[in-house]
Amino acid sequence: MAGWRTHDGTAVALPLANVDTDQLIPARFMSVPRTEGYGTYLLHDVRRDGTGAMRADFALNNAPQASVLVAGANFGSGSSREAAVYALVDAGFRAVFAPGFGDIFASNAVNNGLLPARIDEATYAEILALAGQSICPVHIDLENGSAVFGDKVVKFALDETWRTKLINGWDDIDLTQQHTSEIAEFENHYAQTAPWAVPAVSD
Amino acid sequence: MSSPQTLLDKLWSAHEILRRADGVSLLWVDRHLVHEGSHHAFAKIAARGASVARPDNTFAVVDHYAPTRDRTHIADPQIARMIDTLRRNAKDHRLRIFDLHDPAQGIVHVVGPEQGLTLPGLLINCGDSHTSTHGAFGALAFGIGATEVAHVLATQTIWQKKPKAMRITVDGELSSGVTAKDIALNWIARLGTGGAQGHAVEYAGSAVRALSMEGRMTLCNLSIEGGARFGMIAPDKVTRDYVKGRAFAPKGDDWQAAVAAWDALVSDEDAVFETDVHLDASEISPTVTWGTSPDQALPIDATLPDPARQSRQLAETTSEALDYMGLTAGQSLAGTPVDQVFIGSCTNGRIEDLRAAAAVIAGRRAKVPGLVSPGSQMIKIQAEQEGLDKIFTDAGLEWASSGCSMCVGMNGDLVDSGKRCASSTNRNFKGRQGRGARTHLMSPAMVAAAAVCGQICDVRPLLQGRDN
Repeated sequence: MAGWRTHDGTAVALPLANVDTDQLIPARFMSVPRTEGYGTYLLHDVRRDGTGAMRADFALNNAPQASVLVAGANFGSGSSREAAVYALVDAGFRAVFAPGFGDIFASNAVNNGLLPARIDEATYAEILALAGQSICPVHIDLENGSAVFGDKVVKFALDETWRTKLINGWDDIDLTQQHTSEIAEFENHYAQTAPWAVPAVSD
Repeated sequence: MSSPQTLLDKLWSAHEILRRADGVSLLWVDRHLVHEGSHHAFAKIAARGASVARPDNTFAVVDHYAPTRDRTHIADPQIARMIDTLRRNAKDHRLRIFDLHDPAQGIVHVVGPEQGLTLPGLLINCGDSHTSTHGAFGALAFGIGATEVAHVLATQTIWQKKPKAMRITVDGELSSGVTAKDIALNWIARLGTGGAQGHAVEYAGSAVRALSMEGRMTLCNLSIEGGARFGMIAPDKVTRDYVKGRAFAPKGDDWQAAVAAWDALVSDEDAVFETDVHLDASEISPTVTWGTSPDQALPIDATLPDPARQSRQLAETTSEALDYMGLTAGQSLAGTPVDQVFIGSCTNGRIEDLRAAAAVIAGRRAKVPGLVSPGSQMIKIQAEQEGLDKIFTDAGLEWASSGCSMCVGMNGDLVDSGKRCASSTNRNFKGRQGRGARTHLMSPAMVAAAAVCGQICDVRPLLQGRDN
């Protein structure tokens, strides 16, 4: 995963609260291998009408170039499916700005280079005023935790650990493998102190 | 003297290998449960040429795509492929798999406890948000995404920042017909679906102590619907009695050592929680969701909210939910006709749930069709030995095999568009049970009542004069 510090792109609004991961990608698409791409499944049932045609009044459908999503509170709640993040990333998104995220979604996002930028409700309302009806140019600066929507500068909150990870594009498995001796030491100690913690042989 | 610790503190420090300067801990994982949806993670480790670090601590379960009717022939090639992929990965990495024809197959969060894989004091991960279920035993259990699943597979560890501690204390006594499901829907309705984000919830109080393990699992299972990745309950005699003698549970000297260790798994008296919430069990009624988010829940005797009387922001959400659900502001919740019912899932698919539903439905006819899918094949057999299957089928409901089934519809058990389903599951999200499906969450007893009445109704009058 490549790290990044700044991003210049286009913002589009999805002014809904509680956009859960079942909406971000319906379960029936989750058997597809990632190599085939998940972008077309993003918000599949929300952006299409009953016949499967794209809704003309749905902002996202008119902004294929959008790379930043602005959404309501509790974005990505529900199922732990990382496919919700794959759908966003494969559709070209680099960041989601919302007044709160599901814990597992936010963690999955950072693991895929997608910024979960937390903003307060007032800032959310301000951005909606700019990007609510049509697309809006946006510049994101990860290092100082700010973004410019049109000419409006906003600050966003991001866990320091996640900031570092997004910037460096770290892979956790590589990091963990630097701690092999500490893990082995823990395992030895744990086997002594909690011998019951391993699964018993099934009878 | 060391400062008082919460149950979370104790579980965390027991698994902490190291803590980085930025406060993120590397934790040891005791049990890792994988299912068909873990295919992304297996692909990730394959791409690195990595293998599973601890196959003996990793268990595979076929559940999300498990057929609940004909298991000998899977018509949908995509579903067959998902199950075959898990089989291949389990074989390649030498994992114990609870496959379709295994007598112990079932939903991963039912199988773990049932097999004694879930124990107090363990750290348990699974690529599923309802992993919080296992916290009912006093375990540190949380759902993870595919990248994290790959990390646990490759290293048997996980990086995690310690959540904040929240305690939900439920004192008093639940009245007849009121269950753990109702406790959960009540606190979620009060705090909102994001109310416990960033927190681990410990459930305490006399009403929680009085719950069976099944009820405790239901309560912890639904933690994620209030935003908490972790739910937990301190282990006690109820926990030990449930665990003892199960297939993978400790035996002999290990059992003695385990029990001694588990005795310490309780929040110290003066332990500090960032958030403390209190509920009075006696004030909780049978509760039903009316909208498209689990916090849109009301007592059975309530009327639906009226957007005209709400703040602008809330009104939008309410209107949208009422519109999707095909309901009218101000109408009473009871009396809403349903098209079908579903009893099952990791939330409410256990033997106690089936008994509670059967107690309502026995000797009565269901006015609408419905599906009953036990949480595991072992529960299915137990229920059949108790004659529960007959009660359901005599009433006109379908008795099926175990899996995630109609909770998420991945196996093809779907609710048709526009149809209304009374469901013992965990999510009433738009499209969760099928595109356009309308889901009302409630306890298994309330689902049974809805089946009998053909509409959402109060289970309590139906229980009068019955031994339950």
